[in-house]
Amino acid sequence: MSHHIVEARNLGHIYPGGHEAIRDVTFRITHGEAVGIIGPNGAGKSTLLLHLNGCLMASRGEVRIGEIPVTRETAAQIRRAVGMVFQDPDDQLFMPTVLDDVAFGPLSYGLAPAEAKQRALTALDRVGMSALQGQTPYRLSAGEKREVAIATVLAMTPDILVMDEPSSNLDPRGRRRLIELLKSFEHTRIIATHDLELVLEVCSRVILLDSGSVVTEGPAADVMNDEALMLQHGLERPHSLRHKHPH
Amino acid sequence: MFSPSSLEALRMDELGGLDSPLHRLDARAKAIVTIAFIAAVMSFPRYELSGLTPFFIYPIALLALGGIPPGFILRKILIAAPFAICIGLFNPMLDRHPLLLPGGYVVAAGWISFVSILVRFVLTVSVALVLVAGTGMHRLCAGLERIGLPRVFAVQLLFLYRYLFVVADEGLRMRRGMELRAAGSRAPGLRVYGSLLGHLLLRSLDRAHRIYAAMLARGFDGRIRTLQESKVHPADVLFTTGWIAFFVVARTWNLAEGLGFLLTGGGR
Amino acid sequence: MHMADALISPAVGGTMWAASAGLLAYCARKIQQTLDDRLVPLMGVLGAFIFAAQMINFSIPATGSSGHLGGGLILAVLLGPHAAFVVIASVLTVQALFFADGGLLALGCNIFNLGFFPAFIALPLIYRPIVRGAHSGARLWVGAMLAAVVGLQLGALAVVAETTLSGISELPFGNFVLLMQPIHLAIGVVEGLATAAVVAFVARVQPDALAMPSSSVDHHVRLRPVLVGLLIATVLIGGALSWFASSHPDGLEWSMGKVSGREELDAPAVGVHENAAKLQERTAFLPDYGFRATEPQSIEVAAAEEAEAWPAVSAGTTFSGIVGGALVMLLAGLIGYALRMRRAPA
Repeated sequence: MSHHIVEARNLGHIYPGGHEAIRDVTFRITHGEAVGIIGPNGAGKSTLLLHLNGCLMASRGEVRIGEIPVTRETAAQIRRAVGMVFQDPDDQLFMPTVLDDVAFGPLSYGLAPAEAKQRALTALDRVGMSALQGQTPYRLSAGEKREVAIATVLAMTPDILVMDEPSSNLDPRGRRRLIELLKSFEHTRIIATHDLELVLEVCSRVILLDSGSVVTEGPAADVMNDEALMLQHGLERPHSLRHKHPH
Repeated sequence: MFSPSSLEALRMDELGGLDSPLHRLDARAKAIVTIAFIAAVMSFPRYELSGLTPFFIYPIALLALGGIPPGFILRKILIAAPFAICIGLFNPMLDRHPLLLPGGYVVAAGWISFVSILVRFVLTVSVALVLVAGTGMHRLCAGLERIGLPRVFAVQLLFLYRYLFVVADEGLRMRRGMELRAAGSRAPGLRVYGSLLGHLLLRSLDRAHRIYAAMLARGFDGRIRTLQESKVHPADVLFTTGWIAFFVVARTWNLAEGLGFLLTGGGR
Repeated sequence: MHMADALISPAVGGTMWAASAGLLAYCARKIQQTLDDRLVPLMGVLGAFIFAAQMINFSIPATGSSGHLGGGLILAVLLGPHAAFVVIASVLTVQALFFADGGLLALGCNIFNLGFFPAFIALPLIYRPIVRGAHSGARLWVGAMLAAVVGLQLGALAVVAETTLSGISELPFGNFVLLMQPIHLAIGVVEGLATAAVVAFVARVQPDALAMPSSSVDHHVRLRPVLVGLLIATVLIGGALSWFASSHPDGLEWSMGKVSGREELDAPAVGVHENAAKLQERTAFLPDYGFRATEPQSIEVAAAEEAEAWPAVSAGTTFSGIVGGALVMLLAGLIGYALRMRRAPA
């Protein structure tokens, strides 16, 4: 699978209680694109993301990763290509030490312990957390946990990186590091976030979600420059677009 | 109800992740030796005392080798001690056979068996604790699976261990939330507790689902894998055979008595 | 109902270990296929809850065991019998490792007593036929209570049987039964109420958690096999009880006869020892554990049958033993200290 096109067609999801979280979502993301998923709380961003690696199954419509439809049977295969960083890092760090956590992915893929360890150390280095490799995740700060969580996914060298609120709780340095990391990542990036400045810096395109449906999509700067649209959907125009200084 | 134990359990996790000569030994070797130890200790006759003493060398040596603070183990033993005491306490009453001790004291045989029970309790508990603290639950479960424990069970053990933290964590959060709102009034009634427990169950379930989803997302397929190499090193073989040989010797001959015999020149 | 190591002979402990291990392997294989995303976290979390629930226990004096909520029935209802057995086994194993709540020798007994009866007898034979999938109402509460009571009574009876057969405890069988059964009747009622409450709650708030893997769901049980099963169980329990209750000295040739005759406390302990030793000799795979090791040291045991002899206790109480014992402890401490010092610079 070299060209991983992420495609959703009339995707819908209804939770067991009856709540329809997303409705008729259709989009197409080509290889190497960086797309931001924006929208107010409760819009269905997280729900949408969870369909991309088979955590949730579509109630209606379908999702395809590189032409392969996401089903229970193909989920394991899909997960090799799609690396997901969840919203709560506490849910992603479950091993006794940081190094064990980051090495978990490579080990699960069948890599030998020595090689898995190497991958883990490389990934930790990329997020700047090498010094904490022997620590218990429980004792890390919120920002450190988030960086380690990102490392756990990077260690698996996914073709598609999906992130849910990656910059929350990061200090400015950590956030800058994340942005640089995302900009240097060559493969597809799909990021759901409230951090609109990050979207401006990293993403070429945005999909605006509200109440479970796609409101619009298009080039990041264009969509987010539409003040009325942004305000209508619980967002606002990013600061850097508001004051265009001719530097 | 959870606060001290969740921090103590966390400590156990940290100890398990240390690096030391003990931690570097293969989990299988340590598990096998532990099982042999417990079998040997429990096979002693009920009134055995001095013959048990050489067995203390094993947990003490391992504690030192692994850098595990003795206080940690002792605290846990003390917590579980009342249970053992309750069990054995009736022996002195039910077993009144007079026994002659050196020095001319007569005591009910039940006391001897009671002390023996306590000694065995301390030995077996400390050895089990040292096993987990000196190996790490994750590596231990992986090792147990390799020596034949059904995979589903090894995974369940690990998840249970892991989710105990989760439940304790959620319980702590809920209790804090409740305390902040209760404004120091009297203890909440049964109804509140029932509701609390119900919500604790649901929140823990939710969190457990998310954690499991994260594991699946990183390729978990039901097998426990660790960074520890699966090769068996000479050190592991030496460790296993050496200690088991020692247990066999210490079980067959009362080493303590022999030592005392030598020193006292055959005194009885 | 947790049993302690101190009361189990290696023979009984070993047998129950084998039974539990075999059953565990079977259950593990069974659920391997139906394992899905929902079941695994559910097993872990419920295990954690049952673990916590079991910590609320109280020891029953003189019996060497404790009374507490088993939780086996709740697990069986929510997970199905096979997964429930695996979970109970995991909870008890962790307890044995961390809290010595019973001990590792008795682990096999505990897993069997607390796991087999609720999951494989109470659930299919009593709970399911009565409750028939109801999530509320009288059927649920009655079925849950009955199932819990029966499961616990059988478990308690098993404890008594295992302890007595081990021959280590001094407690006469009759007294033992009289202590265990009523207490576990009370516990059974509480557990039944708790089970019904949990089922009702889960059904109300998160019904899909109750949807068990299809292979184990089986609401419409035909009446005849159930009746037959209940009949057999009744005959077994009734027969066993009546046999033990009336002292049949010519019944079982080993400890039972001695036990029922041991109302007086100053009867020689050697009697039970001698007979238990005989049984262990026959069933032991370790050649020289237990009583034989000490036999050469004291002549009293050989001539003990009729005389009121002192038990073979020289091992712990001779002067050499004491001196040696103290020295060994000192030695152990020194070894530990030396090892620590060597590690410090490392």
